[in-house]
Amino acid sequence: MSNLVQTRAVKTAPAPVWMRSNALAFALFLFFAIAPALAQLGAEGYLLSLVMRVMIFAIAAMSLDLILGYGALVSFGHAVFMGFGAYSVGILMSHRITDFFVQLLVALGVSALFALIAGAISLRTKGVYFIMITLAFGQMAYFFMISLGAYGGDDGLTLRMQSQVFGQDLLGHGYTLYYVIFAAMVGVYFLLRMIVGSRFGRVLRGTRENPVRMEAIGFHPYRYQLAAYVIAGTICGLSGFLLANQTEFVAPAFMTWQRSGELIVMVVLGGMGTLHGAIIGAAAFILLEEALYRITEDWKLIFGPMLVLVALFARGGILGFFRRRK
Amino acid sequence: MYTTLILVQTLNGLQFGIILFLIAAGLTLVFGVMDFINLAHGVQYMIGAYFVYTFTSLTGSFTLGLLIALPAALAFGLLLEVLVFRHLYNRDHLDQVLATFGIILFLNQGVKVIWGASPLFVPVPDLLQGSIEILPGFFYPIYRLAIIAAGLGVAALLYVLVNYTRAGMLVRAGATNAAMVSALGVDIRRLFMIVFGFGAMLAGFAGAMVAPILSVEPGMGDNLLILAFVVIVIGGIGSIRGAFLAAILIGLVDTLGRGFSTDILRLFLDPSAASQAGRAIAPMLIYILMALVLFFRPSGLFPVKR
Repeated sequence: MSNLVQTRAVKTAPAPVWMRSNALAFALFLFFAIAPALAQLGAEGYLLSLVMRVMIFAIAAMSLDLILGYGALVSFGHAVFMGFGAYSVGILMSHRITDFFVQLLVALGVSALFALIAGAISLRTKGVYFIMITLAFGQMAYFFMISLGAYGGDDGLTLRMQSQVFGQDLLGHGYTLYYVIFAAMVGVYFLLRMIVGSRFGRVLRGTRENPVRMEAIGFHPYRYQLAAYVIAGTICGLSGFLLANQTEFVAPAFMTWQRSGELIVMVVLGGMGTLHGAIIGAAAFILLEEALYRITEDWKLIFGPMLVLVALFARGGILGFFRRRK
Repeated sequence: MYTTLILVQTLNGLQFGIILFLIAAGLTLVFGVMDFINLAHGVQYMIGAYFVYTFTSLTGSFTLGLLIALPAALAFGLLLEVLVFRHLYNRDHLDQVLATFGIILFLNQGVKVIWGASPLFVPVPDLLQGSIEILPGFFYPIYRLAIIAAGLGVAALLYVLVNYTRAGMLVRAGATNAAMVSALGVDIRRLFMIVFGFGAMLAGFAGAMVAPILSVEPGMGDNLLILAFVVIVIGGIGSIRGAFLAAILIGLVDTLGRGFSTDILRLFLDPSAASQAGRAIAPMLIYILMALVLFFRPSGLFPVKR
């Protein structure tokens, strides 16, 4: 038995795959690194904000991929953490607490805390019930934010400025914000790559395949899943923090269930359980949305059926599609 | 005075619960029998409302409009089943979420293109206009009473269908163990199709019934879909009885919560804090309720026995 498990483990984690996936990720990062130079050829401001949006959603999608792709936990309330991260900036800003690090710390802390509480309760349920209970927590948070009249309620909150680094408006200068987001994305990628490659990640993947067996060999799936849920929530909070700084606006619309659905779509579209698939999925989703919008205002008429086709025919998303072609 | 207010809100809650039940009934069957997550169930409700708008303005009569809208909603549901859903029954939940999410995007935009983005209004049928005096000095709109009556009628009909007919027996058996039913020689695909079409028609019926009291607009089904999911999860997936009781519960809790949470909190808090907290808590109540139910009864209040 143990022999069997070992041979399988060896077969599924050969070095070349790891390197190949990282090579693809490096190519992506290289593109994002030189994108500002390329953007100068076109409508610079517009292209840059588009790419920043892609990278921010890539962070959120990667964090979802940790629990969705590696943990098989379909969270339908992941956008909430994005909302919390964004609102941490918005609410602190409206109280004149403008410091970058304080805001970042609060954004991560609030997201982690909510993930801990919501996760501890949600993970008691399985399968479909887990989807529904994460949805319920998402709706709770969404309606809570709407009810906060002092912070704009339904209309949201326009930020007076971006987060200040030691009292300086560094993020407003040139490409600073762009490269802060870029660094965050690269950092998150390697952090998550490390996590899924570690013993912790292997246990997580084990519980994805067969929780009962994992329990039989002495692990507590619940603890690992909860830890993964908190990590994912915290990282998604980071993406919210960046989003607030990029749009200089926060609103409950950041955390609707439709937005959570879009995050799932990004992960599945790119190919889940790969991390760089989440980046590709986020890019494909946002760029398609932009491109289709230029063709017609009713772009959803094209985008909707595309999702149906992906679900019906392209198992494994974009990455899976290309892998099969080879 | 206050008793009247409570009475009105209770009836409103009941009426809301009935509508939720009509949507949730189809959803819980599709979910329970086919293990299929249909996010597009909310758009069936929206389609029902749009159909009744169109057919009512074409025929000039709400009754005729409703009579045409129902089979149209059924046909539309079956069309979706044949085109998309039947290819997804054996798939992962994620694929189902992805595909039905795409359908929501498409149809919400589609009705915007066909009927326009602005809300449409359907007149209350002449026969059911006005209010009647239920208790001395207490008036309630007849049409809302008609919704409650129609909903209770459908619930009774469903009860008979599910419990006393052959098709109903198969549905119950399917909810318990679909593979076994199939192995016993039942054409499970046809059963699925019937259940699906019927569920779509019920959701369409709900949409048609609320069209005269709400505005008909794109995306009107999205929030109700979530509420319907709350209902079936609290009720226990696959259970019609659970869906009915949970729908009434949710309808009452939501309506009464929105109506009175500020007043109740005022007993403990000062008025401004109470109104703040009341506005925050009221819309969250049902989700808190759901989280509590799942915490203590992870498979709902009335789980289908396996």
